[in-house]
Amino acid sequence: MSTWSRSLRQLLLILGVVLLSGCASLRGPGAPGQKLDPWESWNRKVFNFNEALDTSVLKPVATLYSEVVPAPVRQAADNFFNNVADAWSAVNLLLQGRFKASVEQGMRFAVNSTLGFAGLLDISTEVGLERKSEDLGKTFGVWGTGTGAYIVWPLFGPSSVRDTLALPFDRIATSPTLVVKDGYSKTALGALQLINARANFLRAGEMLDGIALDKYTFIRDAYLQRRGSFGNDDEYEVLTPEPVGAPASSQQAGP
Amino acid sequence: MNALRRVLNRGLLAAACALSLGLPLQPALAADASSPDGLIRQLSLETLESVKTDKAIQGGDLQKIISLVDGKVMPHVNFQRMTSSAVGRFWRQATPEQQQRLQDEFKTLLVRTYAGALTQVKDQTIALRPLRASPSDVGVVVKTEIRGKGDPIQLDYRLEKSGAVWKIYDVNVLGIWLADQYRNSFSQEIGANGIDGLIKVLTERNQKAAGGKA
Repeated sequence: MSTWSRSLRQLLLILGVVLLSGCASLRGPGAPGQKLDPWESWNRKVFNFNEALDTSVLKPVATLYSEVVPAPVRQAADNFFNNVADAWSAVNLLLQGRFKASVEQGMRFAVNSTLGFAGLLDISTEVGLERKSEDLGKTFGVWGTGTGAYIVWPLFGPSSVRDTLALPFDRIATSPTLVVKDGYSKTALGALQLINARANFLRAGEMLDGIALDKYTFIRDAYLQRRGSFGNDDEYEVLTPEPVGAPASSQQAGP
Repeated sequence: MNALRRVLNRGLLAAACALSLGLPLQPALAADASSPDGLIRQLSLETLESVKTDKAIQGGDLQKIISLVDGKVMPHVNFQRMTSSAVGRFWRQATPEQQQRLQDEFKTLLVRTYAGALTQVKDQTIALRPLRASPSDVGVVVKTEIRGKGDPIQLDYRLEKSGAVWKIYDVNVLGIWLADQYRNSFSQEIGANGIDGLIKVLTERNQKAAGGKA
């Protein structure tokens, strides 16, 4: 999608400015005395904009897509986009020093790209190679960068200072539009990727409306907690939680 | 936004498995709670079996799921600790009656959430990580994964030893501890409208959902 990549470039400019003010707070929501959402009032505005856009355009289109397009076709589309992301996961696992997992994800990509008809079939899962998604934002985290303040971007949605730095790379690396040159195909693939992602989220999205007291807060806290936690799932390890009577975890913001 | 959506999507599914732990095949058989990993193993397996075989649960029958959770899972959960953790520093300001109501409504909120997600459980299996803990530990985290299509779903449990038995007091879905997840939302509401305000909002949410389903 050429318009997207242009707007991406414009976004980068804005990012630069915002990040200058945000870099000081690259310590993660758990740092004592630090607010995890210093730009809340602005973020809420963007959030509302995204919600309105979703309600009026994206959700109806995704609903139509999942009603009209047969399930096997939708599955194939989903597999295809996941396969592209798997290659990026392999790179990031390597950067994180998780070599075994990296090789596994590389294998997944290789198998699905060939035997799985360019990723349309997910053969790897069938033979026991589980997906393990990693991205550059998480890699920065493994390298010691805290999540930083929470940011909501127009169209892109929830992010953080750290993940925003990684966002352009993550976007480009997981975009299937890399492999096609033709402008029309690019647009079509980009649109399909977006619709596929939204369609996957339809049921959970409805559930979310029923369980969140305040949708903005709920999504923010889920995002920050999730992005700030690192499972080294390659190893078997048991942590001992904090003693009784001290429910505060390291992920928690100071009240 | 894709990443977050995937998280929530799979998270709700995983949480369904977590909260509906041990929907029983044989309701009379209580789970053995003498070891933390043994307890989780048994509850997980029973849940998965029941969900796969029970059409009513797959259909999202809320009453059935609640009664099963009450009968089977809740005896193994220290729900007071989970609620007090979510409510945070305000918990001690609440009267015993308010605490009870908070527990009831929070439980309904969580169970209700997962009833819908249960309909998505089909081809999953559960992998349990070996527990590395010394026998003298009084608190452990037991880690599991739900494997199916796509990424494995991380599903961890915090357990504490009370007397001779182990009890669950928090659940982690995809890196999100549920008590932590609600802490900011709760304190936001308490800050605006007090503890009774939070109880009121939770009750309304639950009633609205019950009404919508009926």
